[in-house]
Amino acid sequence: MKHIVIIGNGISGVTAARHIRKNSDHKITIVSAETKYFFSRTALMYIYMGHMKFEHTQPYENWFWDKNKINLKEGYVGKINTDDKVLKFSNGEHLSYDKLIIATGSKPNKFGWPGQDLDGVMGMYHKQDLEKLEKYAPDNKTCKRAIIVGGGLIGIELAEMLRSRNISVTFLVRESSFWNGVLPAQESEMINEHIKEHHIDLRLSTNLKEIKADENGRVKSVIIEETEEEIFCDVVGLTAGVSPNIDFIKNSQIETKRGVLVNRFLETNISDVYAIGDCAEQQEAIGQRRNVEAVWYTGRMMGETLAQTICGNKTEYKPGHWFNSAKFLDIEYQTYGWVFSERNKKENEQYFQWRHPKDYKCITISFDKDSHQFLGINTFGIRMRHEIFDRWLTQNQSVEYVLEYLADANFDPEFYKLHEAEIVAKFNKENNTNIQLKKKSWKRIFSKV
Amino acid sequence: MKIIKYTGLVIFLIGLAIFTGTIFTGSFSLTQSELDTYIQEKGYKSNVIKEQLQKAVVTDESLNIFEFSSRVRKAFETSNNYYDNLIAKYDAEKNWSKKGEQYQYKIYGKPHTLSYELAKKAGSGFVKENAGLVWFLTFGLGIIGALLFILPNLILLGKPGIKNDGIYLESATNRGWIAWLVLIYLVTFYLVLYFMADYAVNWTYILDPISNFLNGGNASQWFVYGFLYCTIMLVMGVRMYIKYRHNKYQIVRTSSVLFFQIVFAFLIPEIMTSLNMPGYDFKNAFPLDYDFFFEWNLDSLRNSGGIGIFILVWGVILTIVIVPIMVYFFGKRWYCSWVCGCGGLAETLGDPYRQHSNKSLNAWKLERWLIHSVLVFSLVMTIVTLYCYFSGTESFIGIKSQWIKDTYSFLIGAWFAGVIGTGFYPIFGNRVWCRFGCPLAAYLGLVQRFKSRFRITTNGGQCISCGNCSTYCEQGIDVRAYAQKGENIVRSSCVGCGICSAVCPRGVLKLENGPEEGRINPTEVLLGNNVDLMQLINKK
Repeated sequence: MKHIVIIGNGISGVTAARHIRKNSDHKITIVSAETKYFFSRTALMYIYMGHMKFEHTQPYENWFWDKNKINLKEGYVGKINTDDKVLKFSNGEHLSYDKLIIATGSKPNKFGWPGQDLDGVMGMYHKQDLEKLEKYAPDNKTCKRAIIVGGGLIGIELAEMLRSRNISVTFLVRESSFWNGVLPAQESEMINEHIKEHHIDLRLSTNLKEIKADENGRVKSVIIEETEEEIFCDVVGLTAGVSPNIDFIKNSQIETKRGVLVNRFLETNISDVYAIGDCAEQQEAIGQRRNVEAVWYTGRMMGETLAQTICGNKTEYKPGHWFNSAKFLDIEYQTYGWVFSERNKKENEQYFQWRHPKDYKCITISFDKDSHQFLGINTFGIRMRHEIFDRWLTQNQSVEYVLEYLADANFDPEFYKLHEAEIVAKFNKENNTNIQLKKKSWKRIFSKV
Repeated sequence: MKIIKYTGLVIFLIGLAIFTGTIFTGSFSLTQSELDTYIQEKGYKSNVIKEQLQKAVVTDESLNIFEFSSRVRKAFETSNNYYDNLIAKYDAEKNWSKKGEQYQYKIYGKPHTLSYELAKKAGSGFVKENAGLVWFLTFGLGIIGALLFILPNLILLGKPGIKNDGIYLESATNRGWIAWLVLIYLVTFYLVLYFMADYAVNWTYILDPISNFLNGGNASQWFVYGFLYCTIMLVMGVRMYIKYRHNKYQIVRTSSVLFFQIVFAFLIPEIMTSLNMPGYDFKNAFPLDYDFFFEWNLDSLRNSGGIGIFILVWGVILTIVIVPIMVYFFGKRWYCSWVCGCGGLAETLGDPYRQHSNKSLNAWKLERWLIHSVLVFSLVMTIVTLYCYFSGTESFIGIKSQWIKDTYSFLIGAWFAGVIGTGFYPIFGNRVWCRFGCPLAAYLGLVQRFKSRFRITTNGGQCISCGNCSTYCEQGIDVRAYAQKGENIVRSSCVGCGICSAVCPRGVLKLENGPEEGRINPTEVLLGNNVDLMQLINKK
């Protein structure tokens, strides 16, 4: 029986712990400085919005950990001594380990803006950020205006949060259109419209120059880089992406770059030390994936994979086809396979796009210009089946095949209006094809590959 | 918009206050001849009751309902005590024939029910004489106020989409003082309705004209309840239409429960009554309709000619054929959240409280013990009743038919389904009865769990464990526990309301009726990993 210590109780660390417990009787300790119990970080926004209480974001009841003999240790690791296999906590305590898993996740980026550490400036990542927001922006009297810096997924969530309490929001986005480094223009522009419709003051192609303080050291206003305009505000949210939360590792022998460097077995340069989740950086990119992937799903997959290795079944981390999802205010987004924005797409990648004339619904299918192989789909306002697209990607199906069987992939609730016919008609028209949409078939949907 | 909303709230509260206030109005007394007629109609042979009632209610005093009720109940008590004493006396004297004679003078029935019958005849006053006006001041203002409160949400809630903002920040929906006030009001309402109906006799006057129009007779407390039930469901149905206007499943489902409540549970039985048929709710299936096999019902159906026999046959077929077949194809949702009256109220009036169901493992354990016990209880009761009915005996396997029926009606029918089931909405959530108590739900649940095409499909590995689905599951199912493992949700308690799917921010859940094979799909590792790892782990 080995002592497995996991630093970080997010989805990666907890998934690893759960699977190690399933497959072994190793002693397991999870260390966290943020909260005692695991919670879903992605749900923090709903607490502020009043959809849930903190306890609802905890996927396991509190007795779960004792019952599964997973020790929870609250504390902040200051130093890792890999020679003696000992963790030193900031309060002076020690904890020795046989195998160490680093799963410390991310922290919000700060790009050295003047005033970035003032009172009232915060990220939206940790539970403590939520507490800060509740303190500085409990209502629209205390916080008359909030500025959000950085147009990504967290930025738009923070905007939605603040709007739920009728707080005025100015949203500074560096790009010329929301998230257009990732999304094709059609979709990015649709989200721009939707953001404005929610009475969010969206400022595109706008950078932050500095944050100014009042006499008490509290944020008072921000200055815009391009125009020198001063916007008065009570809260500044910094949501310009995240980076691996690994400062405490920098002075150890564990090799780091942006994140903790790992091989395909999620091993670091030091034996018996592993890294998973947001804080891990692959030495070499896997497929078209980034070396650091700050995504819930990849964190979970790494946890599942590493648990196998720890329990004696050495397993390579092989994430399957890329998928992701998000929600932009009222618009749900799912993606399967690779769809790159115009900015990042390669020569051979061609789009087929459809947008609903009135509703916020659209899709972009990416396919190979020459072979017509289906590469990926972005879908907005229409839910699609993960398993079906995963199968089609594995089978290297053509774009024509995908459209022909598109009805199989629809995952919208019953009675929803379906748009496959319009989508296929548009493709036929644009490509001079004669694809006949097949009726949905349970047999195909539930057949195994 | 906010001004309209709060004006509506004030108007609603005024309506509610007047409605509640009517209880305390009116005066109750009978003339000698009215009393004589009543006693004759009821066939009371006791002289004592005649004398006592005369003293109590033939008066020029202006009695309110509470004073009236207390006098009447005392009169009945005095009369019954008198004969009980005689019985005891003759018993001691072993004078059996004299003792036996006294029983005919005893008056059976619950004191408040006896008092209600008399009060219904004895009342006079503003409410009774101005039923139309009072209807407007109570129901009318209530409806107008509530609609004014609800309709501005069309604009205030913003674009269509899930609008749960502030639910846990507001007193009414976060078990705050408003929630407790609502609880007290609802519980009191049910206690009065079930156990002290005479106190609510003024409410029946308000609805006498409507009742006369529909069924040709005056309103009873049950007519008041039925009418109120439909009104509340309609108004809160409007709220559902606005809140979930982006979600067609919710719109269709809400329309369905409204239709079945208003047409099947309310209008058809009333019209049948007016045609001298037994009023019957054709969708109310045994054992939820627990008194279907009670002697009085069987007798009434047998004496009602063709329609009675039809109802009898329909009732049996509904429970043993239609219900399970429909559950096989569609899941128990076809009944619980599309047709049922209890479900209908839960899905309309109860929707703001759906998040309060307990999701803990212990609550699930309690649920399984409790609901299946009630199912067994209802079946035992019915077997005993039927055995006694056909054999002419009073008890079976040592259980007295009357005792078990009374006990079930009191504990399950009144307390569990009504007082706790609905009264506790604001604190324990809107499906307490459906989850812990309803014997029909238990039966449907067994079919759904073991032989049905229904499931909630989990969409591969897309779950982010946020917990919205579990939080808003009215049946206390920890939906996330399955979704985050990539596992479909197949649970006996699921009523298929579809809200988990609606609130999911990542499009992970879908209610479906599909092939049975692969419906239950335990997975250890989710989609997203390479195929080898999944196969490896799932093989174990």
